[in-house]
Amino acid sequence: MKNVDIVIVGGGPAGLAAAVSAKRHGADSILILERDASLGGILNQCIHSGFGLHRFKEELTGPEYAQRYISLVEELEIPYLLGTTVIDITHDRKVTAVNSEDGVIEIQAGAVIMAAGCRERPAGAINIYGDRCTGIYTAGTAQKFVNIDGYMLGKKIIILGSGDIGLIMARRMTLEGAEVKAVIEIMPFSSGLNRNIVQCLNDFGIPLYLSHTVTSIKGDKRLESVTVAEVDQSLKPIKGSEREVECDTLLLSVGLLPENEMSKRADVVLSGVTGGAVVNERFETSTPGIFACGNVLHVHDLVDYVSEESERAAKYAVDFVRGRTYAESDIQITPGSGVRYTVPFKINPHNIEDNLVIRFRVSTRYSDKRIRVLINGEPVMSRLEPALVPAEMQTAVISREKLNAIPDIRDIVVEVGD
Amino acid sequence: MEKHEMICICCPRGCRLNVAAEGGEIKEISGNRCRRGETYAKEELTHPMRVVTTTVQLNGGKIPMLPVKTSKAIPKALIFDCIDCLRDVSVDAPAAIGDVIIKDVLGTGADIIATRTIGKRD
Amino acid sequence: MTDVLIIGGGISGSAIARELSRYQLNITVLEKDVDVSAGTSKANSGIVHAGFDAKPGTLKGRLNAKSNAMFDRLAKELDFPFKRIGALVLCFDEADIPKLEQLKVRGEENGVEGLRIIDRDELMQLEPNMSDIAVAALYAPTSGIVCPYEMTIAFAENAAQNGVSFVFNAKVTSVSKENGIFTVKTESGAEYTCHILINAAGLYADEINNMLSERKLKIRPRKGEYSLFDKAVGGFVNHTIFQLPTNLGKGVLVTPTVEGNMLIGPNAEDIDDKADVSTTAEGHREIFEKAELSVKDIPYKQIIKAFSGLRAHEAGGDFIIGEAEDCENLINVAGIESPGLSSAPAIAEMVADIIKQKHELKENPDFNPCRKPVIRFRDLDNEARNRIIEKNPAYGTVVCRCETVTEGEIVDAIRRPLGATTFDGVKRRTRAGMGRCQSGFCSPRIVEILARELGVDITEVTKSVHGSNILIGRDKLIGDAENEKR
Repeated sequence: MKNVDIVIVGGGPAGLAAAVSAKRHGADSILILERDASLGGILNQCIHSGFGLHRFKEELTGPEYAQRYISLVEELEIPYLLGTTVIDITHDRKVTAVNSEDGVIEIQAGAVIMAAGCRERPAGAINIYGDRCTGIYTAGTAQKFVNIDGYMLGKKIIILGSGDIGLIMARRMTLEGAEVKAVIEIMPFSSGLNRNIVQCLNDFGIPLYLSHTVTSIKGDKRLESVTVAEVDQSLKPIKGSEREVECDTLLLSVGLLPENEMSKRADVVLSGVTGGAVVNERFETSTPGIFACGNVLHVHDLVDYVSEESERAAKYAVDFVRGRTYAESDIQITPGSGVRYTVPFKINPHNIEDNLVIRFRVSTRYSDKRIRVLINGEPVMSRLEPALVPAEMQTAVISREKLNAIPDIRDIVVEVGD
Repeated sequence: MEKHEMICICCPRGCRLNVAAEGGEIKEISGNRCRRGETYAKEELTHPMRVVTTTVQLNGGKIPMLPVKTSKAIPKALIFDCIDCLRDVSVDAPAAIGDVIIKDVLGTGADIIATRTIGKRD
Repeated sequence: MTDVLIIGGGISGSAIARELSRYQLNITVLEKDVDVSAGTSKANSGIVHAGFDAKPGTLKGRLNAKSNAMFDRLAKELDFPFKRIGALVLCFDEADIPKLEQLKVRGEENGVEGLRIIDRDELMQLEPNMSDIAVAALYAPTSGIVCPYEMTIAFAENAAQNGVSFVFNAKVTSVSKENGIFTVKTESGAEYTCHILINAAGLYADEINNMLSERKLKIRPRKGEYSLFDKAVGGFVNHTIFQLPTNLGKGVLVTPTVEGNMLIGPNAEDIDDKADVSTTAEGHREIFEKAELSVKDIPYKQIIKAFSGLRAHEAGGDFIIGEAEDCENLINVAGIESPGLSSAPAIAEMVADIIKQKHELKENPDFNPCRKPVIRFRDLDNEARNRIIEKNPAYGTVVCRCETVTEGEIVDAIRRPLGATTFDGVKRRTRAGMGRCQSGFCSPRIVEILARELGVDITEVTKSVHGSNILIGRDKLIGDAENEKR
């Protein structure tokens, strides 16, 4: 068995940023385990621009953003293994991985950083019934086929779900010559960013049907049509509103799920809301020495925040390896009215070194509402927001000074209010 | 005076802009959370511009497709012409970020440049 | 001219082919689809029933329990996953307990061993997620679970190893008999002649029979819908849970699958279209409502797939196995609905016996009852993994992360006897793409490996039948004439 201080599971944006940060914080040995044949993760297939405005103050494409970190990893000579799949992690941080060159690799890690990203919700997980035929793909799979492999999946396309990948693929398929007939969204609002509705749909005259869904699919060998129906307030299809739309391809962009199979093996407690680990202010999971960051922790809207979060997680992973101890994080941050979840889930104010950064998402659309953080029932932060949407991750920052000014913190609530 | 509602696409915040304009001249603007919103609104009213991203074929590379983009925004009306220009383009591996694939595409002053570094196939 | 021609490459046809390959016979199987196990055999509950359900004296009653006892040996010889987990038949009303007793007596008459009535307390210990209304159950410890397509593929592969030829894309269009010789024509225009014709055509067995015999059969598809759950909740139940029929009709089952998922279904709807395997919202509502009688707090969020299958229901209600009365050497194996999968090994032996009564069969000295073992990377220990990777590095590349399936296994599935030629063929042989992401991540890789191994262009790779291509052409060439043809 090999000993490595910091083992990083995943060489996408989270893993790369964590590796660079761990190195800069002085970690002696680091190893990135990446399943794919190159570093960069899903960014490599996100060839559109829009990445890096916060991090690098310029607009980059996915591969360009990834390259910035890949170059740093190379410069810092951080070791990584490609084509390597992690197949087991124990609660005492024994990592088992496999590749074709080394066979099965067993590593005792000082700390493990989970940075494996997320996966797409498949067709079977949503209520679409009908024929068994080819022509139904998730938007991310389509993106891989089109952008990396160079193959098209269809000509007449319906996209179900208005997540960002769905919107981006609407434009992409249009540019490659397909006819994107519509994007169908069951909610009364889009789950993608506004700018993507403008530049991916409006620019090309692709209609977005809100409060609609696909109720059934028809096709013998290949998809021939789908039935689209309007839904009522409880999201149930309205009888009589159904219409059949001819298409040969249905792309699904109906949600992303953190990929936590390995975390489960290491007894990491997961949140029922995010699907990611329950972490404290140091991004440490319920299993000591196992940290989580990026989309494996909670699905982010911007990669810039993934990088920032992963850098912070890596610092604490290095602290763990060095044996630095922290006070127990036993104060819950409770999602109040209008808030779905927060990351971190719990903290200890004594452990906060600069600011307490709370990331969260709102549960529905709001306009002209306040984001508030209450400590022991007293507001310590309040900000008026003209528009709040679930698609955007929100941030609340409480300074260390403010935290220290409150002597006996019992509970922290983040809420949306008037 | 014409009134326009638009969503700024400069960054992921996607500000909702309310613009009052006369003859392409912006008289009043609100909703933008930074100054880029103003420039965007003006451009969008008179000559909307977009960065175009797509792929070209890569011969002998580790990956068969090379992602590319316009080095700066080009007129929105030229998006499909730009894609057409690239339809038959293929380049030989290796390729590096920033490699110019086509100079001054469609006379826009923008180059088509590679956005990924891809080595030769082993 | 072959000695035996079998129409149908489902579980019946494959098990019969394998059984007959013990003898010196020239055997051909005609299958209308691109792979074995493409019809009823691929979409059913995957239960090896104990055998208490059928009326004593019927073929179903005679064959099921006998067949059940054969599974331990077969699973070993043919290397397919099989688990004897036991079954429970739930009773929801004290007044119905005598019906459980009746079922027990019936089972014992059929030769089922170990049957026992258990009370609610014991039931709760066996199944903590049991509903509040279950009062007692019949416990059948011999009931088991298999993966129906892996089992069918195993029989077919072993048959092929022992010399049986399989012809795919061979839909039979006409059958005739002259001077004791059968002539079978297929859609492609090919013609086959044989001495003994075995009709194991599943849903279409009536059509084959009716071309030769005046004793007409009528097979009506009976559709059943299922819901498959993630492995995360594979332990939600520990046994196959049936229901005593109630005034709501015949119940549905809730069961673990042999691969560790949970399965709920099926309902039963008589339909007319023998190709209609669509799923419906109503059908799923029905199976969910019924399943909620058996277990509580069903984790619906963990559903990964909806599917439906068709049972070949013959009007008489029993299996029809035997030589047609008015057509010598036509052996029908028809109406093989539940417990058909469970009974297949005994059905195969029965067919061999029927042939033996009339024809002298010489043993095939080269018959090997064991299938070439399948390497399942996920089931190996690390030492064994290293040994196999050293021999073949492709076993070190994980392609399907949800089910931990390596490139080596996918290549093997394609190169084996009767190897996979389609995406679904790879899935059913290796489980790649069968996990929670439902092939989102691995489909591009599998398509690439299939194209490479089959020596075809990537756009030629199909999901299943001809015309179910996954990709339509290269980027940017979408409007080209070449692609227009597809």
